Amino acid sequence: MSQYDVIVVGGGPAGLAAAIEAHKKGVGKVLVLERDRELGGILQQCIHNGFGLHQFKEQLTGPQYAQRFIDELKELNIEYRLNTMVLEITEDKQVHAINKKDGYQIYNAKAVVLAMGCRERTRGAISIPGKRPAGVMTAGSAQRYINMEGYMVGKKVVILGSGDIGLIMARRMTLEGAKVEAVVEVMPFSGGLNRNIVQCLHDYDIPLLLSHTITDIRGKDRVEGVTVSKVDENRQPIPGTEINYDCDTVLLSVGLIPENELSEGLGVGMDGVTKGPLVNESMETTAKGVFACGNVLHVHDLVDFVTEESQRAGRNAARYVLEGIHKRERVIHTKAGNGISYTIPHSIAVENIDEKVKLFMRPRNVYENVKLIVTADDEIIKTAKKKHMAPGEMENITIEKSLLENKDYKTLKVEVVKESE
Amino acid sequence: MEKKELICIVCPKGCHLEVTQENEKFQVTGNQCKRGPVYAQKELTEPTRVLTTTVKIKNGILNRIPVVTEGEILKDSLEDAMQILNKIELEAPVKSNQVIIKDLLGSGVNVVVSRSMDAI
Repeated sequence: MSQYDVIVVGGGPAGLAAAIEAHKKGVGKVLVLERDRELGGILQQCIHNGFGLHQFKEQLTGPQYAQRFIDELKELNIEYRLNTMVLEITEDKQVHAINKKDGYQIYNAKAVVLAMGCRERTRGAISIPGKRPAGVMTAGSAQRYINMEGYMVGKKVVILGSGDIGLIMARRMTLEGAKVEAVVEVMPFSGGLNRNIVQCLHDYDIPLLLSHTITDIRGKDRVEGVTVSKVDENRQPIPGTEINYDCDTVLLSVGLIPENELSEGLGVGMDGVTKGPLVNESMETTAKGVFACGNVLHVHDLVDFVTEESQRAGRNAARYVLEGIHKRERVIHTKAGNGISYTIPHSIAVENIDEKVKLFMRPRNVYENVKLIVTADDEIIKTAKKKHMAPGEMENITIEKSLLENKDYKTLKVEVVKESE
Repeated sequence: MEKKELICIVCPKGCHLEVTQENEKFQVTGNQCKRGPVYAQKELTEPTRVLTTTVKIKNGILNRIPVVTEGEILKDSLEDAMQILNKIELEAPVKSNQVIIKDLLGSGVNVVVSRSMDAI
């Protein structure tokens, strides 16, 4: 049985950054296990630019961003296996994996980093009524077909969901000669970035229908058309508002779900909102020596933040291997208050943070001119003014160690309040 | 005097810009950094974009390889640029950032592949 210091499950942006960082912190044997035929994860199909503004201060395409980490991993001679599916991780950190070449393997690890990413919600997850013809697929599948495999997926398209992947695919389909009839969004606001609404929809005169959803899909073998209806404030379709579109393809960009079958099998504590593991300030799950980072933990909108978070996970995995279990005497639990749907990390041991800790969170709604307030027990310790917040944009707030030291706080609560209060 | 509203696309923040145009002079408010006014003036006079797409490749692990213009090209020229790129066929191996077209449509901007691909 092979013995490793750190095993990283997943060779996407999170896994690459965690493995590189663990290696740099002095851990000898690091192994990355990747189920795809190459490293880089979903970045390889995200050929558009806009990645890397925070990490590299320049605009890179997805593959360019991935390439930098792949090149570094190879230069450092970090071991990786492709086409390898991890089947199980046990409590004593045995990683069971399988591939065609090596067969069934059990690897022993001192620390494990979970970096499996997420997958797209499908038609089944949102129960769109209508027939079940070919031509209905997730935006990410279409992106892979077009950008990597070289298959064009359709000629006339309706896209459901206005998250960034939906917007990016609207532009991509148009550039490749398809007609995108409309992007349909059930919420009264888009889940995507403003810049993408401009450069993906406005540039090509593609209509964005807010507060609308698909209420019927027609067609026998192939999609022939869809019905789109306006929805009320409870997201229920309003009769009499139906619009019919003829189309041969429906793309779904209706959310992402962290892929946590392995984490659940291992029995780590989970957050019902993020659908990812509970983690502490070191990105460690409730299983000692098992860390989590990237989209398996919570779905990010910018890969730059995935990299930063994964470096923290890799660094702490290395520390765990080299120094053993971290002391956790005084633990503060974080809590999502009014207007916030979740906070990461879920708990903070003050003795384990260096100078400061960054709290990441997602607003529940669109807010203008508000304040983010951090309350430790009953004491306000930090406020930040926010001109604009939206659920599509992750927020963060930095808490200095000095604010938490020599106190006996039990909880940290983050909430949104109106500027005047 | 003409007033226009724009959303800045320089970075993911997406600032809401208000532009007042008087003859050749532009007054911009709502920007959070100095790149906003530069973008606004260009967007209203000569809008440009970075183009990302794919071209065919033989003998690699994939049938398509992503490419990107090294700088921005005129927005009006995107369609012509696609026509040119659709005719190109590369052969693996290629190295990331290798130039495949020099001076695309006389723009002075090169097109490069945005990943490496080994030959199989």
